[in-house]
Amino acid sequence: MNLLKLVWLELGQRKTQLISGILAITLGIGVIVAIRSISVVSEKAVAINLDNLGANIMVLPQGASVDNYYAADIDAPTFPEEYVERIVTSELKGVDNLSPKLTRRIDINGQKLVLTGILPKNELASKPIWQNSGLFGAELNAACGPSPSNESLGYKDEKLQRKSIDSLGISDCLIGSNAASRLKVKEGDKITVAGTELKIGKVLGETGTIDDDRIFAHLHTVQSILEIKDQVSAIEIMGCCNAISDGLLGKLRNILPDTKITTIGQIVSTQIKTNKLMNQISLIILIIIVFVGGISIGNYMWANVNERKREIGILRMIGYPKSSIYYILMLKAAIMGLIGGIIGYMAGVLIAWFLGPYIAGINIAPIPILLLWSVIISVFISLVGSVLPAWFAARFEPYSNMQEV
Amino acid sequence: MTNILTVQNIAKTYNMRDGIVYALNDVSFAIKKGDFVSITGPSGSGKTTLLLALSGLIRPTSGQIIFEGKHLENASDKELAGFRKKHVGFVMQNFSLIPYMTAIQNVMVPLSLNGHVSAEQQVLSSAVLELVGLENRKNHFPRELSAGQQQRVAIARALVNKPSIIFADEPTGNLDPALSTEIMEFLQKINKELNITIMMVTHSPQAANYGNVKIMLEDGKLNN
Ligand SMILES: Nc1ncnc2c1ncn2[C@@H]1O[C@H](COP(=O)(O)OP(=O)(O)OP(=O)(O)O)[C@@H](O)[C@H]1O
Ligand SMILES: [Mg+2]
Repeated sequence: MNLLKLVWLELGQRKTQLISGILAITLGIGVIVAIRSISVVSEKAVAINLDNLGANIMVLPQGASVDNYYAADIDAPTFPEEYVERIVTSELKGVDNLSPKLTRRIDINGQKLVLTGILPKNELASKPIWQNSGLFGAELNAACGPSPSNESLGYKDEKLQRKSIDSLGISDCLIGSNAASRLKVKEGDKITVAGTELKIGKVLGETGTIDDDRIFAHLHTVQSILEIKDQVSAIEIMGCCNAISDGLLGKLRNILPDTKITTIGQIVSTQIKTNKLMNQISLIILIIIVFVGGISIGNYMWANVNERKREIGILRMIGYPKSSIYYILMLKAAIMGLIGGIIGYMAGVLIAWFLGPYIAGINIAPIPILLLWSVIISVFISLVGSVLPAWFAARFEPYSNMQEV
Repeated sequence: MTNILTVQNIAKTYNMRDGIVYALNDVSFAIKKGDFVSITGPSGSGKTTLLLALSGLIRPTSGQIIFEGKHLENASDKELAGFRKKHVGFVMQNFSLIPYMTAIQNVMVPLSLNGHVSAEQQVLSSAVLELVGLENRKNHFPRELSAGQQQRVAIARALVNKPSIIFADEPTGNLDPALSTEIMEFLQKINKELNITIMMVTHSPQAANYGNVKIMLEDGKLNN
C-alpha cells in the first residue's frame, strides 16, 4: 500500500463519478484538439498550395464555397463543360493553360477518397478549335512567360502536377500516394470505381494536401462514372500574372456571368481568415473550459470529499498527517486531469479524423505535441479546481469516522 | 512498573448555544504498561471523549496527558498524527474499515506511512491476519466478511504497527454475545502475550470484567 495505490483503488471504486467529473474538461480539450488539428493541417496546406499550385485562377459554379482552395470544387454544383470552349474561343490574352475538372467524393472498398476527372493536355490541344487559337503553342507561352513575381512564389513547371498530365488513357488513372496505400494498390494494378475498372498508370508523390487522397482519371470517364454528363465542377486557369492585373478576371466574368471567378490569392486569404477564426474560437473555448472544467472538477471533488469524510477520518485516526490527505486528493486530481487530457486528445483526434475531410477537405493526421498540451492544460485545470476541496478535506476531524455507528 | 500514560486534571468543554458542556471534568489517573483498562459509564458520560483525548485525536481544554514522558496536550497536529502512527492502535465499534480495500489492503494502510516496501507490507500484514485467524480471508472486502471477521481485520490493522497501546471504543457493541466473547478473549491474548496496553470503553459488564483496571465515568467525572 502506498498513497498512489490508495488513490488508484479509490478511483476504481467510483468510475462513473470519475467520468462525469472529467467530462467537461474532456469535451473541451477534444474540441480544441479537433480545431487545432484541422487548422494546423490546413495552414500547412495553404503554404504547400502556394508552392505547388497548378493554376492561379479558378472558375467555380456560383454556389461553391471558397473557404478552402483544395476542397473548393469537391461536391460543388456543376456547370457545362462547354464553358471551356467559350474561354478558348474568346481569345483572351493571358490565358496560358486551362484544365476543366469534375470532382466528387467517393467510397472505394470502404475508403473515403476523392475522384477527380481531368482532361489531359494532349486532348485539349488536339481539339481543332483550340489548335487554331494557338493556346498551347510554344510562341504564346514564350510571349507571356512567367512573370518574376510568379517565379518567386515558386510556380515552377515541374511542380505543377496536374498540369503536367500530358496524356491519360480513357480507362487509366493516377492515384495519390495516400489513396494508393489505403487501397493497397501499386502502379499497374486495377481498381474498380463504381463498376468501372481503371488501370493505375502512376502513383503520385506525396504532397501533404488532399491530392494524396485523390484519384485522377479522364474527365469523360469520370463524367460517365458519376453520371454527370458534359458537366464540370471547376476550370483551373493558369493565367499570366500581368494579364491578371490588366483585368483578366473581369473579362472572364463577362464571358461566364453565372460562375464565380476567383484567384488563388483570394482563396488562400479566405482560408487564412478561416484559420484565424478557428484559432480565436479555440482560444475562447479554452477560456470556457478553464472555468467550466475547473468548476466541474471542483464540484465533483467537493462531493467526493464529503462522501469520503468517514474514510478520511479513518486515515487521520491511523496517523495520516493532514499533508498526506491533501497529497492524496491532489494526486487524484492530477490523475483525473491526466485521464481527461488523454481521452480529450483522443476524442479530438477522432473528431478531426471524421470531420476533417468535410470541413477542410483534408485527411487529418494526429499532432502528437497536442497530446502534451492537452495533458498539461487538463492537469492544471484539475489541480486548480481541486485545491479548495482538498484543503477542506485535510481539515476534517480525525475522529469523523467515530461519530456514526 | 512504570506508567505508560498519566492523566492530570483534564477537562474537555464544548461551547453550545445553551451553555458550556463538560464532556470531561477534572479527570486524573495513571495507567501502567500492560494494563487492561475498562472504561464504563452511562451514555453521555464522556467515555469516548476520554479515549479521543488520550489517543491524541482531540486536545483537552485543560489538564495534562503524558504518554511515556511526553506531553500530548500541547503537541502539534503533526506530532499527534506521528504519535498515533507510531504508538497507537484503534478498534472501533463500527470497525472503521475502508470499504474499497480488501482485508489485507486495510491492514497494509498503517504500514504505508512507515516506508515499508510492498513485499514487507505483504509479509507483515499476512502475519497479523494469520494471528487473528483470517489468513484465508485476506482478499475479501469488508462487505464479504461477517461482523466478527470485520472486527478481527480491524484488530489486525491495529496490531500491524506493533503499537504500545490499543484504544477500543465498544469493540463488541455491534457483535452478538458469542462473538463478543471471542473478540474479548482475543484482546486479552494480545494484552497478555504481546504486553500491549489496552484501554477499552464498554457498556457490557462481561466485557468490563476482562480489565484489571476499571475506570467509571459519570457526567465527565471519575466515579470510584
Ligand atoms: N463535538 C461535540 N460537540 C458538543 N458536545 C459534544 C461533542 N462531543 C461530545 N459532546 C458531549 O460530551 C458529552 C460526552 O460525550 P461522549 O461521546 O464522550 O459520551 P459517551 O460516554 O461516549 O457516550 P456513549 O456511551 O453514548 O457513547 C455528551 O454530553 C456529548 O453530548
Ligand atoms: Mg461513546
